[in-house]
Amino acid sequence: MHEWALAEAVISTVSQIVEKEGLKEVAEVEIKVGELQQIERDILEFALSQLKTLKLKNVKFHIKTVKAELKCRVCGHKWIFRKEKMNEEIAEAIHFVPEIAHTYIKCPKCGSPDFEILKGRGIWLESVRGLR
Amino acid sequence: MADPRIGIIEERLKGVNNVIAVSSGKGGVGKSLIASTLALTLARRDYKVGLFDLDFTSPSTHVILGVEGLQPKEEKGIIPPQVHGLKYMSIVYYSGEYASPLRGADVSNALIELLAITRWNNLDFLIIDMPPGISDATLDIIRLVKRIKFLMATTPSRLAFETVRKLIDLLSELGIPIMGVVENMKMKESQFIQQQIEGRGIKFWGEIPFDHELEEAIGDVNKLLATQFGKKLGEIEKLKV
Repeated sequence: MHEWALAEAVISTVSQIVEKEGLKEVAEVEIKVGELQQIERDILEFALSQLKTLKLKNVKFHIKTVKAELKCRVCGHKWIFRKEKMNEEIAEAIHFVPEIAHTYIKCPKCGSPDFEILKGRGIWLESVRGLR
Repeated sequence: MADPRIGIIEERLKGVNNVIAVSSGKGGVGKSLIASTLALTLARRDYKVGLFDLDFTSPSTHVILGVEGLQPKEEKGIIPPQVHGLKYMSIVYYSGEYASPLRGADVSNALIELLAITRWNNLDFLIIDMPPGISDATLDIIRLVKRIKFLMATTPSRLAFETVRKLIDLLSELGIPIMGVVENMKMKESQFIQQQIEGRGIKFWGEIPFDHELEEAIGDVNKLLATQFGKKLGEIEKLKV
């Protein structure tokens, strides 16, 4: 239920935006979820629905999954993270702290742990739409 | 548009009365031993204490505390395990015995993630063992934890103090509270550090003599608290909060 903590973070940030922008009601929230963190979408959706505040009562959450693309800083090789290739314990460690990928994942071409996460790291609030 | 994790950090720390970063700027001055011993000392005085090892690339407090085979509980976030009366959090729960080769942006991201998902609940003190350097972790902790206070550690060496002084001046300029400075590994009589600290209007918390027995106590908290180092740190008047 680590997804619950992330859902709380989303609701808290949306509420701060609502306050700042003076919105009366939020209609749509677009969230991007990176595959590296392997967030359980069902749990995230359930937590979001449970944590909704009054101004979010009619909100639609659009959750988009983004593939995790990694690029080696040494040889320049780019590749896509695949959970299926990992053992469960390592996948879970990366789920909690995606940067742990640098501990266990190496560039498939040159073996370096010095890679960049180009996209698909964790959770990101893409847009918040509502009525003023 | 926005990183949702940032907005929840203050909420996660709202039950914590004091957030104290044990810092130096310089490596090898005893930050981790001071942070761990300070946390243990306060816990033995019946305060609710958390210890967070923020030195992601070279964590060591788990070795000092003799932590092995523990994992945080997952409950709407992560709950730090209780270790010797402390709520204890470290990246080693996830990195195990392997190196974590992280660049600055990765350190930032890992720090934000752990601050956003760790549930400390109610604490009198959260002690943070800072990494050396005036870099991402220091800048992030200042940016993200508005109530942060610093406890600085130095050795008598001018080489250590050269960096400690810069961090003190930077924090003072930014208006970040510095609780005081501990002079560790004192080997001979000198007023140099005390004069430098007090000359800057900062409290000098005291000096801890170099302790030849300390290495033997690593991994055993009872031994650690019974060392000259442990006793001397416990005697520091300012600790008697």
